[in-house]
Amino acid sequence: MHEFALTEKILKIVLSEAEAHQARRVQKIRLLLGELSGVVSDSLAMYFNLIAKGTIAEGAVLEFNREKARLYCETCRMEYEKADRDFLCPVCGNLGRLTDIGRECIVQNIEVE
Amino acid sequence: MEISIEQDIFKNEAKLAEENRQLFSQKGLMVVNLLAAPGAGKTSLIKKTAHLLKVPTAVIEGDPASSIDTDTLNALGIPAYQINTEGGCHLEAAMISKALTEFQVEPNTLLFVENVGNLICTAFFPLGEELRVVMLSIAEGDDKPYKYPDIFREADAVVINKLDLKPHVDFRSDNFYKGLKAVNPKAHIFEVSCKNGAGIENWVNWLAVKAATFWAHQ
Repeated sequence: MHEFALTEKILKIVLSEAEAHQARRVQKIRLLLGELSGVVSDSLAMYFNLIAKGTIAEGAVLEFNREKARLYCETCRMEYEKADRDFLCPVCGNLGRLTDIGRECIVQNIEVE
Repeated sequence: MEISIEQDIFKNEAKLAEENRQLFSQKGLMVVNLLAAPGAGKTSLIKKTAHLLKVPTAVIEGDPASSIDTDTLNALGIPAYQINTEGGCHLEAAMISKALTEFQVEPNTLLFVENVGNLICTAFFPLGEELRVVMLSIAEGDDKPYKYPDIFREADAVVINKLDLKPHVDFRSDNFYKGLKAVNPKAHIFEVSCKNGAGIENWVNWLAVKAATFWAHQ
């Protein structure tokens, strides 16, 4: 839903980095999306194709890397990967709390020529 | 050639929110970011609160279109400023700092930011607020913390509205509280009815204490 706003921010970062390196064309953009980042990659790619037109990033390939969400169990004092439908600790069954891992929307790197 | 960037879009937003926090502090504004789905009763809660709270209140309204809420609030003597996002689904930190260049608010005012009605995107864009308050009406169902964990995650308070509808809807409080505890064990919970005023006093008292504490530390 908010992918348009995010895509604008991503494109701005990409263009400013590419221009700082005097690139003629951006070939690839690698992004890291957390499972709970709220970012839908197809939607992001759709907006990217629209707003990158006419820039040196037009036609760039978007590569999405993923990060699973991790939770923390206060009882067992350990982190664990979130299961599909709940927040329960796989060891003790108590409810864990969310951590920062899994919420990322990172522009990792770009390939330019 | 590969260029390493490693910039987190959300961390950049957090930086802008921090700049806003300093701006609010300079202006003596205690900012409450009010988040909810459309129709939960955000404007109704602001109206009730402004009426009972013994401190000046102002409002920045975020809506995709129209100035309906701003007109209503201004007519009641509550200073309000409208941001139209033109279809955008959330407010961002930069929109608030820009609004404050036009919207003149007296120091020592409690400034509500009524965000765009949306339980998803608004969660991801901090505005530099002192308090984040999430609101829902019992007609929306008790499964919201399970379906929309992020909106509740950083809430300082959760206001459950439309208690007057209790006989007509199947809202299982225990299930809601259990889910909320999982995503956010620290949130204060208020059960209210903006329609008949039930529970509003508790909420207003809590907010008044928060506001007094905030200004005492300025």
